[in-house]
Amino acid sequence: MIYFEAENVSKSFANHYALDNVSIHVREQSIFGLLGPNGAGKTTLIRIINQIIGPDSGKLYIKGVPLSSYHTEDIGYLPEERGLYKKMKVGEQALYLAQLKGISKSDAYARLKSWFEKFGIEDWWNKRIEELSKGMAQKVQFIITVVHAPSLLIFDEPFSGFDPINAEMLKNEILELKNKGATIIFSTHNMSSVEELCDDIALINKSKVILSGNVHEIKRQYSSNIYQLKIREADSFDESKLAPLGILSDLERKDNCCSFIIELNEHSTSNDLLKTSMDFGYISSFEELMPSMNDIFISKVTGNKIHKKNRK
Amino acid sequence: MKKILIIIRREYLYRVQKKSFIIMTILGPILMAALFIVPVYLANISDQQKRIAVLDETGLFQSAFKNSDKVTFENIYVSYQAATENMEAMGYDAVLYIPETVVNNPNSVKMSSRKDMGFAIVGLIEGTIKQELEAHRLSLSGIDKNVLKDIKVSVKINKYIMRDGEEEQSFSEISYVLGLLGGLLIYIFIFLYGSQVMRGVIEEKTNRIVEVIVSSIKPFQLMLGKIIGVALVGLTQFVLWIGLTTIIVVSLQHFNPEMYKYKEPPKAVIENKGLSQSDIDQQKDVLEISQSKSNQILEGIAHIQFVNILLVFLFYFIFGYLLYASMFAAIGSAVDNDADTQQFMLPVTVPLILALVSLNFVLNNPDGPVSFWLSMIPFTSPIVMMARIPFNPPVQLWEVGLSMTFLIAGFIFTTWIAGRVYRTGILMYGKKPTIKELFKWIKY
Repeated sequence: MIYFEAENVSKSFANHYALDNVSIHVREQSIFGLLGPNGAGKTTLIRIINQIIGPDSGKLYIKGVPLSSYHTEDIGYLPEERGLYKKMKVGEQALYLAQLKGISKSDAYARLKSWFEKFGIEDWWNKRIEELSKGMAQKVQFIITVVHAPSLLIFDEPFSGFDPINAEMLKNEILELKNKGATIIFSTHNMSSVEELCDDIALINKSKVILSGNVHEIKRQYSSNIYQLKIREADSFDESKLAPLGILSDLERKDNCCSFIIELNEHSTSNDLLKTSMDFGYISSFEELMPSMNDIFISKVTGNKIHKKNRK
Repeated sequence: MKKILIIIRREYLYRVQKKSFIIMTILGPILMAALFIVPVYLANISDQQKRIAVLDETGLFQSAFKNSDKVTFENIYVSYQAATENMEAMGYDAVLYIPETVVNNPNSVKMSSRKDMGFAIVGLIEGTIKQELEAHRLSLSGIDKNVLKDIKVSVKINKYIMRDGEEEQSFSEISYVLGLLGGLLIYIFIFLYGSQVMRGVIEEKTNRIVEVIVSSIKPFQLMLGKIIGVALVGLTQFVLWIGLTTIIVVSLQHFNPEMYKYKEPPKAVIENKGLSQSDIDQQKDVLEISQSKSNQILEGIAHIQFVNILLVFLFYFIFGYLLYASMFAAIGSAVDNDADTQQFMLPVTVPLILALVSLNFVLNNPDGPVSFWLSMIPFTSPIVMMARIPFNPPVQLWEVGLSMTFLIAGFIFTTWIAGRVYRTGILMYGKKPTIKELFKWIKY
């Protein structure tokens, strides 16, 4: 079921287009990755979803209902430019920001206490943010983002500025929130986190969506019939038999073993390749080489072909 | 609406709990009370009584010097040298030598003292000698002291304003002070708290918390909440100042009531020291003048419509602040740090400073066309109108109404403009915008 929808959203600022007819569909209880180089328009889209700014045209829906101001209470937002009042006490400002999200003071207090316990930071309650380290402040910031138990969470570059330990924690928390039923949109440059976390993605470049869909499907779409094989006891290996199937490369023969990469032509299938290879010896590994999201990202943005070597 | 209240509450509580607020709140009344009390106190410090020996060779000054609780004069009849040498032994603080030549050469008077005698006493002595010498010279020319007294007149015009065919007494001095005070207070309030709003906005921007907040509440609501919260802080401080000052002054008067009463010259002194009848009359005159003056002030104060002035003051105090506060907020949103504010502050502060500079002119010409127009323009009206209000005849009702309407319209206008700059500015980091870009933000 679709949780969030943006249809043909456009937004232009005084001197440039930030979004040009952007449409995205976010499934309920999924993690949606918003990818794109700097200045592509990701943050603008995120701010529009958060109703910080309005679109020039286009429509936005949450569960089929046009986005309106009461939805802000059901959205948790961790902006890219984030911070807290330096001179205010941790507990006080967490309570304040939670109340701005529409939960009562006593309710906010109880929820915050349990989050603080979960992270083992109860004794920070009366400290000021300026007394905390950056990593500590990030934990507080994360709690503030999720304390009102929103069903839509939006993280703009969540991993930037987080140290590896906190980044790992954040990753686990994001997965846990998803399992509990939240829908998550996040924008990032960090492609490894995309492959680990995201179910679907949209790639935005120069204010347009240039690629979107399920992560696995996209990878399949971008696989171009390239396989890697390893064969034991390959005494009868014969290069010429493979030639009609496709282009052979990276051939290595060592100690009676052989490995190679082959890009099959249009008429051949992986099964043809296997049948042929079975005659050479014992097949010890057979793997389709998928492009990484990073490769797809770079090739889509720069327009270059994905290089074979970059695949694994 | 409920969320604006949350914002207002935070802004209010956060600022009211700040150390600087508490210190200012306590220090302010102490300074103000000191302003009232220190002069009175100083005037009442009972210095050790000084004893001055008067060596009068002319015989004109035998009873000229009047004793007071600060100084006593005693006539001695020894040589100047003997007197100065034995000054300490005889218990005198100073010896005043008036030689015979004084009638022709007033500068021949000498005084030698063990310590410096201070301005007040020297001034008193000089004044007395001058007075006596003048009287002496007049009598030499055949003019009697009493004749002279009859010639001397003192003029005090009783000013009246004709209104509805009836005479009303006018008290322009009191109006002047009240107008100046009101205008100044509004100026200070706008500057002090307007820049607090600006710094608050800059703080939220540099802390990068603003985007978290505006994901829950509209930027305009955040701006309005902050402005109102700071206004309440200002009002609180104002009320506390007045309250605490009153308490301090009243309690000091309570503990030491003698000090603050008007002192009549002790009658005993007048009667016993064998003063001439004319001297007594003169003293009475002085007393009457000072009493009638203080009565006049009292009457004037009673005549002034304090409730009206206070209500008008509160209106201009609040709306003047609101008009400027939103502009200060917009400036804060456009920059990344305090140092960058200068360029944008100038156009905002020029009308404020203009209003302040024009205060003196307005107070002297409260009904002139310049005063009228300055009290209509919303950017200057809070200060200028406040200066005009206490004067008699009162500013026409329609003028006040029009000025207030303009001010409210001005407030809505600047807040609308400021809101548009603000909502774009708070999300812009790094580059300081140009004025041209600010106009683009308003239009967009």
